[in-house]
Amino acid sequence: MAKLKSFFRILFVRAEYAFDMAFGQKCNPLSWLGSLGWYFFWIVAGTGVYLYIFFDTGITDAYASVEYITNDQWYAAGVMRSLHRYASDALVIVVVVHLLREFSLDRLRGKRFFAWLTGVPALFFIYLCGISGYWLVWDELAQFIAIATTEWLDALPFFAEPIANNFLNSTTLGGRFFTLMVFIHIFAPLFMLLLMWIHIQRHARARVNPPRPLAIGTAITLIVLSLLHPAVSQGPADLDAVPTELAFDWFYLAAYPLLDMIPGGQLWLVIVGGLAVLALFPWLPPQKPAPAAVVSLDNCNGCARCFDDCPFGAISMVRRSDGKGYETEAAVSLEHCLSCGLCVGACPTSTPFRRATEIVPGIELPEYPITGLRESTIAASSQFGEGPRVLVYTCEYSGADKLRNEGAQVITMPCIAMLPPSFIDFTLSRNLADGVVLAGCAEGDCYYRLGGHWTLQRLNGERDPYLRKRVDRNRVCFMRTRPGSGKQRQAEFADFAATLADLPPASHKKSRDE
Amino acid sequence: MNRFGRLFLQAISYAAFAMTVGYFASMPAYRYADAGAASVKISLSHAADKVAPCVQLTQEEIAEFAANMRRTETCERQRLPLFFEFDVDGARVLTIEAPPSGIWGDGPSSIYERINLDPGRHRITVRLRDTARTEGWDYVKSEEVVLEAARYFTITFKEATGGFNYR
Ligand code: SF4
Ligand code: SF4
Repeated sequence: MAKLKSFFRILFVRAEYAFDMAFGQKCNPLSWLGSLGWYFFWIVAGTGVYLYIFFDTGITDAYASVEYITNDQWYAAGVMRSLHRYASDALVIVVVVHLLREFSLDRLRGKRFFAWLTGVPALFFIYLCGISGYWLVWDELAQFIAIATTEWLDALPFFAEPIANNFLNSTTLGGRFFTLMVFIHIFAPLFMLLLMWIHIQRHARARVNPPRPLAIGTAITLIVLSLLHPAVSQGPADLDAVPTELAFDWFYLAAYPLLDMIPGGQLWLVIVGGLAVLALFPWLPPQKPAPAAVVSLDNCNGCARCFDDCPFGAISMVRRSDGKGYETEAAVSLEHCLSCGLCVGACPTSTPFRRATEIVPGIELPEYPITGLRESTIAASSQFGEGPRVLVYTCEYSGADKLRNEGAQVITMPCIAMLPPSFIDFTLSRNLADGVVLAGCAEGDCYYRLGGHWTLQRLNGERDPYLRKRVDRNRVCFMRTRPGSGKQRQAEFADFAATLADLPPASHKKSRDE
Repeated sequence: MNRFGRLFLQAISYAAFAMTVGYFASMPAYRYADAGAASVKISLSHAADKVAPCVQLTQEEIAEFAANMRRTETCERQRLPLFFEFDVDGARVLTIEAPPSGIWGDGPSSIYERINLDPGRHRITVRLRDTARTEGWDYVKSEEVVLEAARYFTITFKEATGGFNYR
């Protein structure tokens, strides 16, 4: 499993780098796969509603109505039909890549199981929607799907009579199954929407819309494809004729040719068993979770900043339990907390400017205490060699720990947003370094979802806790980087070091807190 | 990278995406069946006899039931399997023993098969046994038919209309 993960990670690191070049970090499609999935879903739903206006839901006239849509109204309904098909296919692509990428990033393990587990049944519904849609055209492909699906279902021990009998020949054809498919094609997407909504429930401020340039680019791409290569029907279904060669949508129908090689029952086993194993991935092998964030009531004033910033909805503000004069206190859910530390960076009491040797903020991670972070900062300041002294704070996923090779001192934490901005002030005002780099994941692709976003807002004074005004911004660099972007990172670092070299020497300033 | 280079790379990425979607949405074609073969579908769903005939109850046995549950005979629920044979031009192609459906084995037995044959004139013979007999058949149909390429030829069974039906 670990080897498979690292294999995909290597592939994705390269692809991320390439897409960064084309789209920039902010619009890199690999950072927006989930949102693109939502986007394609809405395109499919919207075009589907339009097509339904012209679609005849009876089996005898369905084909003719789809022909009307495709040929007579090619400029509107025809384009909608093509968009309906191609957006459905695009949905399969982004969902599969999304699944592989989350797997490669290990963003499914332990407490992150929820999105993965709810995503697995969504896969089933995507296929139910797609296959039932192809059925409705009632052309040769639909006929093939109808016969193959019912024969395949007959391999299960559920039906007293083979349901494939419904499609035996033209005399046995009835509208029963067709009507069922129309219902499935309407209701399966609604179930899928419900599952998609559940899928993101453990994510605060879940992203369901891709950035505008990406949305426009993909929409134009699908429209151009629809115009140049419109989706068309095959010959009308004829239950007395054997469809021999079929234009085939491999995104949705790839399992069917397997029925030529494997008996239906075995293929069910492979698919259902495969989905069951996939659902178990978060626990393969079981992993001990990092200890959750801990609230120190003596230091919590109930300001709710941690609650606002937690990307996983793991914090709730509850009625004060210790009789202090505040209304609420923060409470951490052990089941939801992923130990990212964003709450620590948000807490106004996480400051190194304190006299006490042991600093206990309102909330902190047992494995990364604030006292330890202060000690590491002070210790790092005595390790610098020649040249500008640059202290790099970074997360475990950005790849910026490699800046050690450029002469920087590096302190790593789970997420860059765990660093309270007061640490930057502390480092510079105490002259512990000439400059500070905050290196987080690529824009829009934070391992803990919101870390980069909150960090930038804090640095820009848009989000509490702010970086104090007195801090010389020339000495602070916020770098968003990926493991595969080594050269750009080096160049950005070299620029920053050169800027520092041109600045006058830093001096020790006293803080109000001292 | 400058703006123009970036737009160029984006255009290539979108084009590659469109080509992947457009191509695999309908290509390569799937060869479902040999265009030169005829396809014979055999489908029947029929309840065979019970494993044992019903037994008349004596007056004493009937009296043992509650007044609203009284019946005059007792029957086995389970049915026999169906035995089926399919010959083409005198050669055996299929022999099937189809068990009854249902948890108690009291439902109809079903057979569904799809077989490819060479088109042309063939003598097709089907036989079915739905009783406890061990020799001979309860239903037989043997007829010369012409099978056409890329067309379905269906063999169905309906007891009410006298047994097998070719189409
Ligand atoms: S460590 Fe992360 S997940 Fe846990 S409470 Fe803090 S912000 Fe939320
Ligand atoms: S940010 Fe700190 S002080 Fe504010 S509620 Fe959370 S733990 Fe308490």
